[in-house]
Amino acid sequence: MSNFLSSSIGKKLIMSLSGLFLVVFLLVHLSINLLILFDSTGGLYNEAVHFMGTNPLIKVMEPVLAIGFIVHIVYATILTLQNQKATPTKYNVTQKTKTFSWASKNMYILGFAVLAFLVLHIIQFYVKMKITDTAPIVEATGGHDGYKLVTDLFTQHGTLSYVYCAVYVLAGILLGLHIRHGFWSAFQTIGWNNYTWKSRLFTLATIFAWVIAIGYSILPLYMTFFL
Amino acid sequence: MADKILKKLYIKVWRQKNANTKGKFETYEIENISQGSSFLEMMDIMNESLVAKGIEPVAFDHDCREGICGMCSLYINGRAHGPDTEITTCQLHMRRFEDGETITIEPWRVGAFPVIKDLIVDRRSYDKILHAGGYINVNTLGNLPDANNILIPYEDYEEAMDAAACIGCGACAASCKNSSAMLFVAAKVSHLAKLPQGQVERENRAKAMVAKMDELGFGNCTNTGACEAECPKSISIAHIARLNREFLSAKIKD
Amino acid sequence: MAILDAKIPEGPLAQKWTNHKAKIKVVSPANKKKLDIIVVGTGLAGGAAAASLANLGYNVKAFCYQDSARRAHSIAAQGGINAAKNYQNDNDSIFRLFYDTIKGGDYRGREANTYRLAEVSPAIIDQCVAQGVPFAREYGGTLANRSFGGVLVSRTFYARGQTGQQLLLGAYAAMNREIGRGHIKMYDRQEMMEVVIENGKAVGIITRNLVTGELERHGGHAVLVATGGYGNVFFLSTNAMGCNGGAAMRIYKKGAHFANPCFVQIHPTCIPVHGDQQSKLTLMSESLRNDGRVWVPKKKEDAEKLRRGEMKATDIPEEDRDFYLERRYPSYGNLVPRDVASRAAKERCDAGYGVNDTGQAVFLDFKYAIDEYGLDVIKARYGNLFQMYEKITDVDPYEYPMMIYPAIHYTMGGVWVDYNLMTTVPGLYCLGEANFSDHGANRLGASALMQGLADGYFVIPYTVGDYLADEIQTPTPDVNSAAFLQAEEETKARIEKLFSINGTQTVDHFHKELGHIMWEYVGMARNEAGLKTAIEKIQKLRKEFWSDLRIPGDKTGMNTELEKAVRVAEFIDLGELMAYDALNRNESCGGHYREESVTEDGEAKRDDENFAYGAVWEYTGEGKEPILHKEEFKFENVKLTQRSYK
Repeated sequence: MSNFLSSSIGKKLIMSLSGLFLVVFLLVHLSINLLILFDSTGGLYNEAVHFMGTNPLIKVMEPVLAIGFIVHIVYATILTLQNQKATPTKYNVTQKTKTFSWASKNMYILGFAVLAFLVLHIIQFYVKMKITDTAPIVEATGGHDGYKLVTDLFTQHGTLSYVYCAVYVLAGILLGLHIRHGFWSAFQTIGWNNYTWKSRLFTLATIFAWVIAIGYSILPLYMTFFL
Repeated sequence: MADKILKKLYIKVWRQKNANTKGKFETYEIENISQGSSFLEMMDIMNESLVAKGIEPVAFDHDCREGICGMCSLYINGRAHGPDTEITTCQLHMRRFEDGETITIEPWRVGAFPVIKDLIVDRRSYDKILHAGGYINVNTLGNLPDANNILIPYEDYEEAMDAAACIGCGACAASCKNSSAMLFVAAKVSHLAKLPQGQVERENRAKAMVAKMDELGFGNCTNTGACEAECPKSISIAHIARLNREFLSAKIKD
Repeated sequence: MAILDAKIPEGPLAQKWTNHKAKIKVVSPANKKKLDIIVVGTGLAGGAAAASLANLGYNVKAFCYQDSARRAHSIAAQGGINAAKNYQNDNDSIFRLFYDTIKGGDYRGREANTYRLAEVSPAIIDQCVAQGVPFAREYGGTLANRSFGGVLVSRTFYARGQTGQQLLLGAYAAMNREIGRGHIKMYDRQEMMEVVIENGKAVGIITRNLVTGELERHGGHAVLVATGGYGNVFFLSTNAMGCNGGAAMRIYKKGAHFANPCFVQIHPTCIPVHGDQQSKLTLMSESLRNDGRVWVPKKKEDAEKLRRGEMKATDIPEEDRDFYLERRYPSYGNLVPRDVASRAAKERCDAGYGVNDTGQAVFLDFKYAIDEYGLDVIKARYGNLFQMYEKITDVDPYEYPMMIYPAIHYTMGGVWVDYNLMTTVPGLYCLGEANFSDHGANRLGASALMQGLADGYFVIPYTVGDYLADEIQTPTPDVNSAAFLQAEEETKARIEKLFSINGTQTVDHFHKELGHIMWEYVGMARNEAGLKTAIEKIQKLRKEFWSDLRIPGDKTGMNTELEKAVRVAEFIDLGELMAYDALNRNESCGGHYREESVTEDGEAKRDDENFAYGAVWEYTGEGKEPILHKEEFKFENVKLTQRSYK
């Protein structure tokens, strides 16, 4: 494995594996979110929040997840800087070559947009629950009332709630775009692609991207407009 | 089937005296170009008219003019090998252009392909990648087993040939926003990895060629698919997946 | 005629090469390391030679004018490579391949060389397969073959329509291996300007670095010229734009004799000229004639309507189509050799049956093959060629017949070499299309690749040792010696002279003019009066060239106009030499058709009594008539018959 990480393909493998790891997190997060749709009292959701907040495995995974994010971002930055350096002079005419998707050429920007949202999201939830401990409490269990935190955000801030909703929906869409390219790309980089699987991976990635985009958008829309 | 005549065209072209000087765009007007002419014939006519005016003609690479030698390059109106698919610049015809149009021609913009003059770039870094391992180590002195002793399934031959069709023109790196040479390297690695003859050295080949590619300063592949779209031989990025596979499985054993 | 010793080995034909190899000298591995060999040109012959010699242990310096060795014009060969493997069990053999080649060449080649070519051909396929050349396969995994013009067996190996490319990339890969190991030093974007001769031996070359414009001196114990053919004398040809006869002409002017320059092959299946803006002709593979049927309208009025665009080919009923090749040559039909097919097309067009708006084209129709085998089969066989045709002409050949017309394609003539491929200058060799030896007056399809690789992989590695064994004591030639300095000075003066003309016309103007003269008078049909006119016109053109040429830009740095001017200066001299040769050869044979020598039904008529020789020309000075030497061809193994494909 000597010089593995300094090779271009090695670095891309790191991107690919960390990306797939983050995708797993997104799926877990999404399934918990969607619990709200099945129980509008928020009980089910709060149980899940409680579980996530107390389960030792999840506690262990928390820093791992953070490292996953950091690795993904750091390597994206290294690769992007190298790529910039590899093309010192840009073309005068904008490129008209058809690429697989707009996202494929703008992954770094998309990634940063998602990261910006993530910061907002952490401030609005994680910080309140885990650091300042200012989140509301469910009296029965003594655990955090994540449900109230969420519903307040999208219903109790007047016009600002609509803005939050828009931001969250936009983030869902950007994430979907990021994943539309990232998901199949991860497999391509690992080497799992060929003539037959190329179109299959595209289809899978498209479906998955829609699931993520719609999945993450449903909740804010539901809360803002239907609660 | 007489072809239409393009009465006037404006050719905006990159001029650069040599590698050490700064270049700039110049625009030249040319008249009465038949749409049946090839793009490079249009360039020939333009150069003839420049020489007549005492201007040094625009230097551009070209040779076979049949789309196979890979010598011609040119980034035309925002696309490597111009506005058509599955062709090289020399196969591009003036049917693709309108009367009165401004055609912008730039050299390949890849850090590892420095400009030599005007539209000519130095693509020797591609050769260097192949020197590092783009071959099968076999002596060229005969006494080899009969060719039919090596049986190759038809499908494998087909896939190897798809990859082997690479002409080394550089359009993949030139159309890649990252200046990545992955499709070029993948084509050679994949061609040899698909054949029984290439098995013995497949691991070292992938490692050596990727190491050389990185060393020469090509960018990293981000799977945008631009290379595949502009490749005159339509080489699929599925070959890049095979390169990744070859490289990773070789590296894991190191 | 002592200077023309072909050094053909004794013994029966089939034993000559084996006997020769057993007798010639060998250089020891330790001494090979001390010997430098210069190889000019990196096509199949040059590339294979460079790789093989480096593999043997010599120090090789390889030169090409392109930006990479991989771009040599061998790459453009489409159809395939012949080899006497008899994989199809159709009674092919080395002798049959030899016989077909000699007969196809109209008995104007050297028996021993041609036999050797056939003899080493099976090894070429083994070599290429071992290198990873992806030849076409049958479903069972064995190698596939196709048939080609002028033969009755299937012996052509191919890789889609890109056989030349795959073979060249094979040779290039073999070179890359040696470059990687430090045995070959590669010089790209370098043009050979002069050969350096010292004490009667070739010791090096002067090159011009096409990027910096500087002249460079390179020394070696032997110099191999493998720079391909000179078809671009005609301006329009299927050759690459850069293909030139410069190196061959420089060595001719320095004492290497030039043989049969008038033997030029005109390929029958090229895309017709579209107009006067054209710079290059595109070949459509001969393999298309396997399934395509060639025809013109039977009625002149149909042809005229087609030319005026009032009618389409598909409107002409079956009975009004003249499949003239099948009509005239029932046994070979559409697969007659190239020279025969080309002349037949010209005959029809001259008689007024030509199509296209110029009247200079015939149809090549795939409707019948599509009806018989189905669209999918034809697509699989020729898909990429059809695509190429459509991109160029904007006509879909699946729907509408292709239009084709003959074009200059290959030059059988070239630098005279003996059995060892050595020219009349010791230490100076010539390989591949650049030499004259194997194809006589006409080359069969898929044989050029065979010859290039045979010369490079299997002939020169042996024969060069015979000369170099006596050179092991010779130190590497000193590039500061008087001979090198003088050669460099002369080259400098030549470039200076080109620049100092400062006239009004571009290089292409003269090149086009030369092309017109050549096509008109030294083209598909030649006669005495025309050839004399050609010589006069070329001499006049030379004067104009040297008094009215204009080269803009600088001597230093890259100057593409200067590159072209240097080449065209040689083309003019070469064109003149071709005309002299064509004038001398008052017979029709292969690609050379003299209107004075035809049978009653218009077929070419050979004159074996007076012309069964190679015309070998010695240079005597600029503008002077060259001296003719003759290498009499002795045919001991084949009977000379009038070639018939009826």
